[in-house]
Order: sequence, then structure tokens, then C-alpha cells
Amino acid sequence: MSKEDKPVDEHSGIETTGHSWDGISELNNPLPRWWLIVWYISIGIAVIYMILMPAIPALPGLGTNTPGIRNASDRDNVAVAMAELNVERSVSSNALLGASLEEIQTDRDLQQFALAMGESLFGDNCATCHGAGGRGAKGYPVLADDVWLWDGTLDGIETTLRHGIRHEGDDATRFSAMPRFGRDKLLTSQQIDDLTEYVLNFSGRSDDTEAVNRAAPLWSVQCSSCHGENGMGDRTLGAPNLTDTDWLYGGQRDDIYSTIYNARNSHMPAWGDRLDDASIKALAVYVHSLGGGE
Amino acid sequence: MTKTTLKLDRPGGGNSPSHQDLYAKRKQIYPKLAHGKFRTVKWIVMAVTLGVYYAVPWIRWDRGEGIPDQAVIADFASEKFYFFFIEIWPQEAYYLAGLLILASLALFLVTSLLGRVWCGYACPQTVWTDLYIWVERAFEGDRAARMRLDKAPLTFNKLWRKVGKHIVWLIIAFWTGGAFVLYWHDAPTVARGWFSGEAPLSAYWFAGILTLTTYFLAGMMREQVCTYMCPWPRIQGALTDEHALNVTYRYDRGEPRGPKRKSEDWSERGDCIDCDQCVQVCPMGIDIRDGAQLECIHCALCIDACDAMMKRVGRPTGLIAYDTDVAVEARAAKVQPPKYRLIRMRTILYTALIAAIGGLMLFGLSTKATFELNLLKDRSPPFVRLSDGDIQNGYTLKLVNKNTKPRTVSVSVKGPEGLSVKVIGLPHDDASSFEVPVAAHGVDRYRVLVSAPETGKTESLDFAVTDLETGETVTNRVSFMRGGE
Repeated sequence: MSKEDKPVDEHSGIETTGHSWDGISELNNPLPRWWLIVWYISIGIAVIYMILMPAIPALPGLGTNTPGIRNASDRDNVAVAMAELNVERSVSSNALLGASLEEIQTDRDLQQFALAMGESLFGDNCATCHGAGGRGAKGYPVLADDVWLWDGTLDGIETTLRHGIRHEGDDATRFSAMPRFGRDKLLTSQQIDDLTEYVLNFSGRSDDTEAVNRAAPLWSVQCSSCHGENGMGDRTLGAPNLTDTDWLYGGQRDDIYSTIYNARNSHMPAWGDRLDDASIKALAVYVHSLGGGE
Repeated sequence: MTKTTLKLDRPGGGNSPSHQDLYAKRKQIYPKLAHGKFRTVKWIVMAVTLGVYYAVPWIRWDRGEGIPDQAVIADFASEKFYFFFIEIWPQEAYYLAGLLILASLALFLVTSLLGRVWCGYACPQTVWTDLYIWVERAFEGDRAARMRLDKAPLTFNKLWRKVGKHIVWLIIAFWTGGAFVLYWHDAPTVARGWFSGEAPLSAYWFAGILTLTTYFLAGMMREQVCTYMCPWPRIQGALTDEHALNVTYRYDRGEPRGPKRKSEDWSERGDCIDCDQCVQVCPMGIDIRDGAQLECIHCALCIDACDAMMKRVGRPTGLIAYDTDVAVEARAAKVQPPKYRLIRMRTILYTALIAAIGGLMLFGLSTKATFELNLLKDRSPPFVRLSDGDIQNGYTLKLVNKNTKPRTVSVSVKGPEGLSVKVIGLPHDDASSFEVPVAAHGVDRYRVLVSAPETGKTESLDFAVTDLETGETVTNRVSFMRGGE
């Protein structure tokens, strides 16, 4: 169809686009001119924006993105906003510094602030290992129950947070070392098998009385100094109670064998040099509130 | 860009490629001032709507200590919306949804009864444009004078009239934007702080944006907003029908039209004398005699213009009038026109829906509790096993106190056998009920740990919260999960 004989709508006398849908055709009216002007203005604004603001990304050979003459940086803006926010927060976080953990927990306003602050800090720093809400994972203790390896009191939690567990470079870190009985050839495979039965027997899950009896003297010599004669553990050494149903690394026969063979000496970083005091206190109160605080 | 000439009688149409521009310059419309009952109604509607808009933020309404005393305010600081005696909290945003549903249903109903009456009288674009044209007329005179002035070379007379008009427009625009801001802040405070630079930055921003949009939309864009930008004309076109009262040219009576010669007898011709008055008063620049059109906002000014002419030539008024399509068609076919039917299937339906939703909202608002209990169960972990084998679930208890007085409430928990309850921050006494204070006009959160012996089954817990003073009780049921693994 040549340009000259485009179809024309009979009723209005206006040219149509030539498309027809169920007999309805579209008039080809010109666009209002202000649309065009708005479009030009938009292009103008885009150009001005490119001059003022960072616009063109770092292309090969360019090195960096174009900074724009305003030299604006969202990263810097965030830093400024964070600094402002910290000033705003300092009223409440200073109040945390001036109060004991017990006071924070029983004072309504301080508690609400600490829990909100603790929740967000926990999400950023702790949940990677301990899971959201402290639900835990194999090798990473559940913080919502009442089983604690080291200490479940407010002050105990604060100490753990501040100094970490087996954290190199912190003299006050919580420390103990379980020997690698199998790997370091301290015990034979048979002896470890027997000890495994012995441990299972604490929760009444062994029917091999011979093995249990064989292992008894071994337990007294090798294990009881930390885990106790009755396997009740020792919190000052972070030695878990082996008589309950809570197993950090699994409670099946194979798991226990593997634990005795390889030993378990897990780490937690010391947060004292990464977070400020108010954050540590807020986290302590938050973790304590998760379900098992003592 | 060359000047567009649109001549419809040319072969190939006004837009035939030989003389068509891709973009058409807006044709300035010079609406003439109409006189008559609809113009009067429009002045009154304008005064009332603008009056409401500008005055409402200044109405005070005492609600008590520490709560905004502004009758209508969307208070972002406290996250609440106040409307006289009604107070909407963020948890009740559905009232806002309800209000919008009511508004659209009301529009449906009105459109099916009276066509685009919203567009013609009450739409802010119409009201402000009308106001701006009034200012324009005050500075530059009526239609003919304005057309002359625009054609005239730039003289001092033209300059001061144009500049004066724009200054007044900008003042109105600023006043409009400024009044909008007052709905979001305490009006006297923000108004006082405005000129000393103490008002919040967002207030200046929004006032600035609304000043510009008012100035451009009501001053420059006018009918272009309705024709090109607004979705209502499309939607309302679908909502009106042949039974709705629309501003209609009664062609059955008007045709054949033409200038009336003295010698001519009215019986041999139509009543339309082709005086063009209906076109000259039209703020949309259209000819109502072409029938229903997208551009027509149904402001009825052409009715006033036509009635005035009909009186002058001694014919009955109402050649252009509010009428239904069915009636005009019937008269054109020389049959008895049907009576206007107020009650039709769709009007019944819309009214019923409005009554139902409005009633529901009224019921909700009038029986709204001043006290609420929200329970959030921990999802991670859903439950934990304690060292004694019991199962523990964690909950966040949110106590919403909409009263302006603090309360002391007792919370009791009922559920599985042998449950024990612990509230963080309260002395642990293993009781299944405890007393806590709730701050005035706010939300208090408590973390509650509930434990019970393992049975392997998920059961439900019933929390009941009672205001110790008033005896008001609210309850909430939540699940107590146990794994059973």
C-alpha cells in the first residue's frame, strides 16, 4: 500500500492506521506536541544527569565509572546516614552501657531496645552459623533451648560473645581441648568402639554390657576428668553432658565413634573486637531471651 | 514543525499524508463565560470543594494528651490516620481499602445515573481549571478579548495582564500545594515553621511539586489532562449507558439546523440556529452537537449557553439538556420517549454494594475494640526440646492499647496439660497467668516462652488478656507445635 491511499475513516474523515479489529479501526491522529516536548525535556534531563552524577560504568580501558561533576556516591551517603543513625541511637545505646544486663532485661524500654537491636545484630552476625532465632545446626549449638555447653546466664553469654570459643589471639577466650583419641593413636579402634558403647549406655542405648565393662577403666582415665564420672559434663570446660538427648554432632553410634576418634573442638570468633560494647550487651540479652536463658 | 491544518472536507481526510504532521500543536481554547443555573451550581460546588480543601486541616479536635489535635491528619510520626472521631492504625489499613472501594462504587452509581457528573463538577482538575480560567478572565477579559489580546503585539497592556495572571496562578498553585502538606503535619506548626525554614524538607518538596503540577495542569494543560492523561473518561465511558442522564444535544428537535431568517417559520426547520454559543463556552473546545465524545466532561455549560439563546429567539429551553440516549432516539423516531428510570438493575446492584460495604465498615468502626492482642509464633525454630524432654515454643505477644490511658492487664494461657509459661523480663514463677502493664496509646511487646511435656502432637494455646480495670477481654488462639519425631 502506498502512502497516498491509506484508508480513511468515513465517519470522521481521519486517516486510520489500516489495522482493523472486529471492524474497529484505529484513527491515526497526530500526537499532541507537548508529548514531543516532554520527550525532549526527558532527554535533556538524562544528559544533565550524566554530567552531574556517576553514569557510565567502568568499561574496559576506562578504569573506573564516570564520577560526574557532583562526585556523588551512594556508598558515602550510606556512611553519612549510618553515622546520623548512630548518633540518634546513641541515646538508647548509652543507656545500655550504663545498665547491667539484668537491669536491661527487666526495664521495659531498655529491654525492647536491646531485643530489637539484638535481633538485627544476630541476623547480621550470628545467624549464619546458629540459624535464625538460634535454631542451630549440626556443630552449631541451638541457642533457643536450655542446653548450654559453657554458660547460659546473661553474664556467661556476654563472656562467650566477647571472647569467643577457642579464639586465637584472645587470652580470655573459652578454651578446652579434647584429644584426638583415634587419629593421634592414643587409643585403638577396639577401645574407641568400647567407649562408644559406654557413652551410649549413659542414655540406656547400649546392650553390649561386655564392651561397657571393658571401657569403664578407660573412661575413668581418659574421659571422666572433663565429662565427669557419670557423663554429666562440666560447663567450666565446655564438656557436654552425655546423658541427655541433646547431641551437637549427632547421637548415633557412628557419630559418637567419629567424635571420639577425631575430637570436637569447634570455634566461635571473639566479637569483643568486632562489635561495640552496647552491641555485645544487646546480643547477650537477645540470645538469653531466645528460649533457654538461665 | 509546520503548522497543522485540519480540514475534514478535504479528500483523504485531515490527516492524509500530504498535509499531516506527526505532532499537533495544542489549539488554545478560549471558553466564554456562561450564565445560567448550571454555571451557578458550578460556582457553588467550586466554593464548597475548595473551601473544604483549604479549611479542613485547620479544624481542631481534642483527643487527649500527646495525640494530634488536628481533626484530619495522616500522622506518619505515630503511624496513625485521624479523621475526626475515627482513628486508623496501621493494622487497620483495610478501612482505607474499604474507603477506596466505596469511592469507586459511588462513582459507578453516579455515572450510571448522571453520566460524567464527577468530571463536570467535582474533579479537582475541573475545579482548579475553572478557577484558573476565572483568574484569566479577570485579567484578560472574556473570550473575544482574550483572543484579541493573544493576537496583539506585545505592549505594556498585554504584558501586565499576562504577568499578573501568571503571578496569581502561581500564588493559587502554591496555596494548593501548601494546603496539601497541612494534611500530613500539624497545620499551625508547619505553617509557622514554613517561613523560618523549620518545616520538614519533605514538606517543601511536596509543596513545590504540587505547586508546579497545579500551575501546569490547571494553567497550561487543562483539557489535555482529561483527553490524554486521565483514565476516567475511558472507564466512565464504559459505565454510562443509554439510560443515564447525559448532557445531550436533542437532535430530534434541533435538526435541520441553520441560521434563522426572519421569513422562516419554526415549523419547517430545527430549533438549532447554529449560533455556536455551545461551542464557545465549552472548556474542552468541542461541539456537543457531534454527540457523546471522549473529550466531553459533561459540565453542562453548553446547556446554559443554549438556554439563553433559546429564550432570546423565543423557543423553549432544553435543546441541549440532561437527557438519556433512549429518550432522544425515541423522539427522533416519533414514538413516546420512555420515562427516566432511576431504578435499574445496575443502580440497584451498586446501591446494594455500597450499602453492604458501607454498613460493614460502619459496624466495624463502631464496634472497634480499643484493645487488641496479636500473637506471633516463632517460626525459627518452631519448637525446641528442653533438656528434661519437654517441648518449648516461643511467642511474641503484642498488646495494642488504643486508649489514651495506660492499662494493667492479666494474661492467661490455657492449653496442653502441664504447661509452664515464662515471660522474658518478668520474675519466673511458672504460672499460666501473669500481669503486665500496657502503655497508653501504643503497642507493647512481650516475649513469652511456653513449655509442655512431649506428646508428639500439635495442640492449640488460648491466650486471654483481661483489662483489670474495665474487664475488657480479648482472646487469641495460636498453635503449640511439637515435632513428634
